[in-house]
Amino acid sequence: MRVVSVRRSGTIAALLTIAFMFFSIQIHAQFGFPAVTPLSTLTIPEAQWLQPEALLHLLKSTGENRPLLLQVGSHILFAQGHIPGSEYVGPGSQAAGLQKLQARVSPLSRKKPIVLYCGCCPWNRCPNLGTAYAKLREMGFTHVKVLYLANNFGEDWASKGYPVEQGQ
Amino acid sequence: MAPRRLRRSLCAKLLLCLCLGVSAAPYCVAGSLLHKEAPEFVRTDLKHRKLDLHAYRGKIVLLDFWATWCAPCLLEMPRFAAWQSQYGSRGLQIIGISMDDDPVLARRVFNKLKLNYPVAMGDEKLGQLYGGVLGLPLTFLIDSQGRVQGQFQGETGLSVIEAQFKTLLRP
Repeated sequence: MRVVSVRRSGTIAALLTIAFMFFSIQIHAQFGFPAVTPLSTLTIPEAQWLQPEALLHLLKSTGENRPLLLQVGSHILFAQGHIPGSEYVGPGSQAAGLQKLQARVSPLSRKKPIVLYCGCCPWNRCPNLGTAYAKLREMGFTHVKVLYLANNFGEDWASKGYPVEQGQ
Repeated sequence: MAPRRLRRSLCAKLLLCLCLGVSAAPYCVAGSLLHKEAPEFVRTDLKHRKLDLHAYRGKIVLLDFWATWCAPCLLEMPRFAAWQSQYGSRGLQIIGISMDDDPVLARRVFNKLKLNYPVAMGDEKLGQLYGGVLGLPLTFLIDSQGRVQGQFQGETGLSVIEAQFKTLLRP
């Protein structure tokens, strides 16, 4: 029964991923947006999803152990509120955003801990994280985590009283 | 707070959310802008016309924050346009605020969807006025007196929003 349920959940995840990609490609093709192949957040291994409480704990680290925190979503949302110490290098769904991300991390050791986050919209609808994560993995980064925000940054971080700062 | 009282308090808040017609999926932001006067703003819309929220007093306004990267937003907007056609004569006014960084993208969607309601570009200042737009879609229902009567964050069922604004429209 357990094997069946694991297989079933894996199948469901795969179907959702395909549905997301089809849907995103349709939406973006319809509006002629820059062609970055959309990747669902479900393509990010669950072992790399980082819960907010775990990130809070990580942010207490210092020096080389402290992760580089990168927001790969919307700049207007970043300016309204972001995690202190994070940098904006997005959006991950557009070629220009991926270039910014690439330029930011290129000089770094491939073992540098990096945490990506977005929070634009519900996790399984995010158009930015999947592609950004894939880019870092493609570049050889081995310690990449992604902040799991189920609904959005407002609900799953800011309204929980976690630290937020405003500004560019 | 004692556990029983806490449960009752949470139940009361959930009941309030349900009464406001917010579906179970998105969170109900009780105590934010709800029942307060909607912050006023003046912008220039994508057709270069003045967009002054105050000018819509007397109408029922659906103020929709969206962005081109927000897939659920793009699904909602054709329905909003249909509502504008269907309910405009009864006092409904939809207003869109794009939170895109680039107005070219917003204008492309506006033209493609042939939106029949004004859309202006937002920014962090306007977002902060509305309590911080930290996730999309986000839609406010504003009554004829300019008070926020509903706040819908996330993928709220459109029938929920429709049911709520219909209670405020002229017969």
